[in-house]
Amino acid sequence: MLAFAIRRLLEAAFVMMTVALLAFVLFRFVGDPVNQMVGQDTSLEDRMRLREELGLNDPVAIQFGRFVGNAARFDFGISYQVKQPVTAIIADRFPATLELALAAALFAVLLGIPMGVYTGIHRDSWLSKVFLTVSLIGVSLPTFLIGILLIYVFAVWLGVLPSFGRGDVVRIGFWRTGLLTASGLKALILPAVTLGLFQMTLVTRLVRAEMLEVLRTDYIKFARARGLTDRSVNFGHALKNTLVPVITVIGLQLGAIIAFAIITETVFQWPGMGLMFIQAVQSADIPVMAAYLMLVAFLFVLINFIVDLIYVRVDPRIRIFGRSA
Amino acid sequence: MNDTLHEAPIPTADPALSSARTAEEIFIETAPRSRASAFFDSDLLHSFLRSKLVVAAALLTVALVGAALLAPLIAPHDPYDLKSVSLLDSNTPPAWEKGGDPHFLLGTDDLGRDILSTILYGTRSSILIGLCSVLLATAIGLSLGLWAGYAGGRVDSAVMRIADVQLTFPAILTALLIDGVALAIFKNHPIEGSKFWILVVAIGLSFWVQYARTVRGVTLVERNKEYVEAARLIGIGPIRIMFQHILPNVLGPVLVIATINLALAIITEATLSFLGVGLPPTEPSLGTMIQIGNKYLFSGSWWMVAFPGVTLAALALAVNLLGDWLRDALNPRLR
Repeated sequence: MLAFAIRRLLEAAFVMMTVALLAFVLFRFVGDPVNQMVGQDTSLEDRMRLREELGLNDPVAIQFGRFVGNAARFDFGISYQVKQPVTAIIADRFPATLELALAAALFAVLLGIPMGVYTGIHRDSWLSKVFLTVSLIGVSLPTFLIGILLIYVFAVWLGVLPSFGRGDVVRIGFWRTGLLTASGLKALILPAVTLGLFQMTLVTRLVRAEMLEVLRTDYIKFARARGLTDRSVNFGHALKNTLVPVITVIGLQLGAIIAFAIITETVFQWPGMGLMFIQAVQSADIPVMAAYLMLVAFLFVLINFIVDLIYVRVDPRIRIFGRSA
Repeated sequence: MNDTLHEAPIPTADPALSSARTAEEIFIETAPRSRASAFFDSDLLHSFLRSKLVVAAALLTVALVGAALLAPLIAPHDPYDLKSVSLLDSNTPPAWEKGGDPHFLLGTDDLGRDILSTILYGTRSSILIGLCSVLLATAIGLSLGLWAGYAGGRVDSAVMRIADVQLTFPAILTALLIDGVALAIFKNHPIEGSKFWILVVAIGLSFWVQYARTVRGVTLVERNKEYVEAARLIGIGPIRIMFQHILPNVLGPVLVIATINLALAIITEATLSFLGVGLPPTEPSLGTMIQIGNKYLFSGSWWMVAFPGVTLAALALAVNLLGDWLRDALNPRLR
């Protein structure tokens, strides 16, 4: 177990270093950092002095080392566009994205698992077919189209839910939360549904496939032969054994949710990191792009690592060494 | 036997052949079966026709691709020709609505461009970008997969490491990042039409991993088989072995991945354009149109979003269904 964890940790470190190298190359060589920071009428001497101060004249390897060191201390420099420290911008945007991502994941799990169980048990009922057709459409429709559709129905047509922003937020320390006000919760519904819909269909299909598999096994037949109630068999025996892969997939999907939040946040003008990233891409704001890249990579690697450990912990059958992810 | 409709037997030198059978009949029996007839007898076509849904999806795909390819011929207006566009026509609703104009069947957008024509041209851009990026991804993934699988050792672990790192991120994020870097590089020197190729490269580079992994897996199995050994013994070079002997064995799975990726690539292009980092409003794709229309959602101009949205959804759904069917039909375990 310990050797496994160390191996995974080394792999995670390798991924992080690769991403750091990418972010550094991006920061250092796409456009000249000095040109981006100063105005046009800055004299050549001032530019040279700034180069020296920023350490841009040092060997590239030393610059990379400094970049990684700064990144480890969450220092990503100053945004070209907003002229603020990137870390401050991210700290401001991070809570919004995290709340949205968790709400979406919750929506996906709370709806996806029951739908999956139902379609697994009642294979041929018409309701199952409706669920599966809806899930096929959910997979095929692009996220932004679903968002626009929801806005049209619930904000434009029915006028019951807001279509943009976070509503009123409450400040707790540095964390600004929208979960404690009515308007904040109302504003969360549409973006969370949009973001979670794809994951919900994924969970539904996965749980269904796993249920179909498990319901065929001998121990389920034996449980039925023992005269246990349907409920006890379906939920106590069958569902429990489908949950290992489901937990893994949900964990891994958390990363995808954070990435797809870019689209949802753009549709709903949700003031999170995704919107920040899109604005950075549009205005070629390299420090913000580099910081977002590093942060997302860190989150992904962290989630992957935790999921791997949970996986080994929950299912003793997979304690084989050197399993590929 | 005085069937006058039948051709008279052709006299031949060989008496054994000159029975009651015509030359035509003999030809049909002895000629090798043509590729077309082999296709019409195959399981593939059979399973295709069995599912009405798949036939419908194929028809829809053909109709959309056909309409898109013929856009310059069948579109009532040319949305790229700014001279023919008049701001006075902007925000016209569809022809059957109140205030509609029969000249603009599906209405116009905020610049007065005909929605129907713009959809036709936009679908063309979407499909072209999708096809080009899938081709690029296939070329990269296929070559790297073959190379990694055939050479093994250090090449293999290097390629698979890169694939692992890239697989950590969703493809849309990779595409966005490449797109963003390219925009930053070309910011001060915009090249005519460069947006198209930036998108192709961004999407192509974010989808190659799946091909490489699949192809590598198959190549690992194939390279130890006798025919590869034989090819090597008679002195055929590694590149020819990879592309002429091993390649045909991986084409099935690659075709399936490519079809499913085509739908994904089209959606990715639309998403990037919707996010404002894809095709510019002057040469709109479906995603750009939806982005423009989204701004006018609250003013009641639903047609600006609805028609391109439905087209995009139909295109993605149809290609997806075809891909699903192809995967099942080519999978021998499911037969």
